[in-house]
Amino acid sequence: MVDSLVAAASVIAAAVAVGFAGIGPGIGQGNAAGQAVEGIARQPEAEGKIRGTLLLSFAFMEALTIYGLVVALSLLFANPFVG
Amino acid sequence: MYTFLLSKIEVGSHLYINFSETAHLHGETIFVSSFVISLITLFLILATRDLKKVPDTLQNFLEVIYELVKSIALTQMGPSYYSQFLPFVATIFLFVLGSNWAGALIPWKLIEIPEGELAAPTNDINTTACLAILTSITYFTAGFKIKGIGYFARYIKPSVFLLPINIIEDFTKPLSLNFRLFGNIVADELTVSVLCSLVPILIPVPIMVLGLFASSIQALIFSTLAAAYIGEVIE
Repeated sequence: MVDSLVAAASVIAAAVAVGFAGIGPGIGQGNAAGQAVEGIARQPEAEGKIRGTLLLSFAFMEALTIYGLVVALSLLFANPFVG
Repeated sequence: MYTFLLSKIEVGSHLYINFSETAHLHGETIFVSSFVISLITLFLILATRDLKKVPDTLQNFLEVIYELVKSIALTQMGPSYYSQFLPFVATIFLFVLGSNWAGALIPWKLIEIPEGELAAPTNDINTTACLAILTSITYFTAGFKIKGIGYFARYIKPSVFLLPINIIEDFTKPLSLNFRLFGNIVADELTVSVLCSLVPILIPVPIMVLGLFASSIQALIFSTLAAAYIGEVIE
């Protein structure tokens, strides 16, 4: 009984963790990509440099979502509250 | 133990090699990472065996990699110190890139092992934790070696009130390095395996290509951050 309650709570918590973790980086990546496009439009010869920096900063933002994913994965596959 | 298994995807099952009650090794991680290390060593030996003024194919490729790693170290640490820490940064870069790509490019599924599955060594959190802790040790050692006891002045800059935050930062740096690499690789492999269990043919291929790209970026990021942490300390 308690186990199924914990299981249900863990599944919901995993979904919430990954869902909410996606919001912030999504907004951030949108902003960064918009600014990068603006920069390329203004200065097309700097495209290579802008692309490199953009990808690097994308990976940093993505890391925040990944933290949420790690929490979700540990809830689903290595749950500390069950068993 | 209660587990939720949908579509037979498991995270965190390993082939344990037991030494005693408490000590054990993860067999598949050890195997694949030693494979990657020997592959990289073999490549480096072959590429540097007879160096020429005008490089041929293998040496040319190695020089491209060297230029990339050198530019990472140079931009983060400055011209006077980068050569001391270039080997460390290059090792991290090559190992992370090699193990990420070895997990994706080599069809490990053909080799059956009793438990777990052969995959990228970086999808075991112990590997990434080891790399992150090595980075911490390196920047501590770098600080002591170059600044001596004055290294501790870093903790009360820009003001004494920031002392706890500076101490916490020493723990969050390896933690975030660790989770970033681990999470990215596991997320990539999970996506591919979920898609494979839904549609086993053709559909997962673009995701796999995206995964290759993302894992090379992760190698770049890990080595850039390691270099940046060292550079921050010795400045």
